[in-house]
Amino acid sequence: AGPVESRNESAMSELVPEPRQKPVVPMKPTGINANLLGYIGIDTIIEQMRKKTMKTGFDFNIMVVGQSGLGKSTLVNTLFKSQVSRKSSGWNREEKIPKTVEIKAISHIIEEGGVKMKLTVIDTPGFGDQINNENCWEPIEKYINEQYEKFLKEEVNIARKKRIPDTRVHCCLYFISPTGHSLRPLDLEFMKHLSKVVNIIPVIAKADTMTLEEKTEFKQRVRKELEVNGIEFYPQKEFDEDLEDKTENDKIRQESMPFAVVGSDKEYQVNGKRVLGRKTPWGIIEVENLTHCEFALLRDFVIRTHLQDLKEVTHNIHYETYRAKRLNDNGGLPPMTVETEENHESNL
Amino acid sequence: SIVFQGEGCRTVPLSGHVGFDSLPDQLVNKSVNHGFCFNILCVGETGLGKSTLMDTLFNTKFEGDPASHSQPGVQLKSSTYDLQESNVNLKLTIVSTVGFGDQINKEDSYKPIVEFIDAQFEAYLQEELKIRRVLHNYHDTRIHACLYFIAPTGHSLKSLDLVTMKKLDSKVNIIPIIAKSDAISKSELTKFKIKITSELVSNGVQIYQFPTDDESVAEINGTMNGHLPFAVIGSTEELKIGNKMMKARQYPWGTVQVENEAHCDFVKLREMLIRVNMEDLREQTHTRHYELYRRCKLEEMGFKDTDPDSKPFSLQETYEAKRNEFLGELQKKEEAMRQMFVQRVKEKEAELKEAEKELHEKFDRLKKLHQDEKKKLEDKKKSLDDEVNAFKQRKTAAELLQSQAQQAGGSQTLKRDKERKK
Repeated sequence: AGPVESRNESAMSELVPEPRQKPVVPMKPTGINANLLGYIGIDTIIEQMRKKTMKTGFDFNIMVVGQSGLGKSTLVNTLFKSQVSRKSSGWNREEKIPKTVEIKAISHIIEEGGVKMKLTVIDTPGFGDQINNENCWEPIEKYINEQYEKFLKEEVNIARKKRIPDTRVHCCLYFISPTGHSLRPLDLEFMKHLSKVVNIIPVIAKADTMTLEEKTEFKQRVRKELEVNGIEFYPQKEFDEDLEDKTENDKIRQESMPFAVVGSDKEYQVNGKRVLGRKTPWGIIEVENLTHCEFALLRDFVIRTHLQDLKEVTHNIHYETYRAKRLNDNGGLPPMTVETEENHESNL
Repeated sequence: SIVFQGEGCRTVPLSGHVGFDSLPDQLVNKSVNHGFCFNILCVGETGLGKSTLMDTLFNTKFEGDPASHSQPGVQLKSSTYDLQESNVNLKLTIVSTVGFGDQINKEDSYKPIVEFIDAQFEAYLQEELKIRRVLHNYHDTRIHACLYFIAPTGHSLKSLDLVTMKKLDSKVNIIPIIAKSDAISKSELTKFKIKITSELVSNGVQIYQFPTDDESVAEINGTMNGHLPFAVIGSTEELKIGNKMMKARQYPWGTVQVENEAHCDFVKLREMLIRVNMEDLREQTHTRHYELYRRCKLEEMGFKDTDPDSKPFSLQETYEAKRNEFLGELQKKEEAMRQMFVQRVKEKEAELKEAEKELHEKFDRLKKLHQDEKKKLEDKKKSLDDEVNAFKQRKTAAELLQSQAQQAGGSQTLKRDKERKK
């Protein structure tokens, strides 16, 4: 019976079906360094990319938060050398102080060197102005999340826009009152809550009221307090991309910030030059003079070196965090509606 | 309340230098730090010089043995290389078809290519739909440019070419090129190009158009669009021509210089593909081809842009649910097939057992027959042996009698002789 059995087995093996055809996908590619023998022109992609971005233009949304009278609008106008923010002249007796924080977003287009930018300044009048300021950061947090929500809704559309309009807050300047003592509870509460959802850059406003020593001491105290309270302001340590970033940012975090600034939209003649400044009986405070205040540092930091990074951190980190939370528990956040006109009481 | 003064917003003048004109540089620097990637797909019959052209285009010898054409269908071979020029790091992926056009029946030849392209889109879509995703660090494998190699017959496009390009034109940027064009004379080439272009147009094949919206490149791109398909020659061999070393191919009747624009369109191809439009190719892939794929895929799964409020999570959930449903169905089908297979195996087994049984019986019968025969033969042998023995006995007995008789006769003779003597 031996030979008969083995014949059975081989006949069986012919019946085993072939493995199901998998769709053709490549294996994980391994980089192989190829030796280049002549000029190809790969580096032209930089120019190609630059041209494209110049054509599409840029959006930048900056929010200013702080009590009335700290010079928020002036500072923004000084930063962008134009009237992009309307100064509030304080509350008249006829106007009621708003019961809640208002959010006012105004956009302008500015152009420089062929680069077109849609700049949106988001003002928050009423913040910290009430007697009871409990939870006054909530409308601000709500606004910021609403912009994330708007973007998310566009992103999940089936037919999507080629370029999704970006109204997300890229940068929030928080104005610290130059008391010279320490941060106030409101400052800490605000920054604690909001540093998790937006890039916060703390600035010491109206710094012309402090001497150099007072300034240095105050800054040190503020930095310490922020650290003790676990407040991660921009540039956040955890998002440093490489060693170069870290070194550069460490210096800014540990020495320069918070920037002690002075704002002005008036020009004066100093040493034959026209400069932006504040005239006092004891001298002219030159806004862009680094020995007088740190405005130029703030300007360079926000606009000339870290503008793109502010946007990228907002997009790659804060927005992604919001999105993940939203998709995960879709109940963790209060129900969102984009239409807001009906929901807010008229304050007039 | 939220006040938006934005739509149709005013331009305001600047009273001094602000510094945001450095923004493009900031953006570009970030991209440079990040590195770029570019993925090219070469589609063409065996022997049209795909790998040589890539070597020539990127001025290097990409390692790799010529693909083995042992597999029956069309395969795709993919390799990734890290190239660097100035401060630009490029992750270049070259994918080539293997065995395209070799089959007798080419009806399905385009399928692996389409599947491959779709698979890259699908991978990106999967990442995009993840809850925790890392899009900005994602290694983009989507094909940015498809170089379609046309055989230099000089007549017209093959039907395989038309069919394939038609299937690919809504999925990838197609740049058609005439391969090994040193096989065609200049006059034939012009006619060939015209024929190809008209065939593409009449069949509604959308090839990639070099963009003409930016004034700085509108002119050159516009001109180049008129030179398509590019007639190329590839060569990595360098020959001394005049007093320079040039990439060329040497024939008895002359030398074809690759980078001589009078000889072929190689320089044009390099210019367009790499030096002018590489970024546009990447952008078109993302904003047009990928978006189309995504839209079709999501619609296929039953999504609609109807309900604005419940979208973000329902899209995610429903997508997951549908995908699981789809996978579940696949599993069920697989299970059913497996069951059927098991059933068939059982049946075959039973059949074979029957056959085995029959064989056993037959064997037993034969054995018995054989034994019977054997016995019969043994019996016969025995009886024959007995006969032989009996015969032998009789023989011996007879011989004995004979010898006895002789002796008796002999003695009688002696007796007679004795009597006579008396």
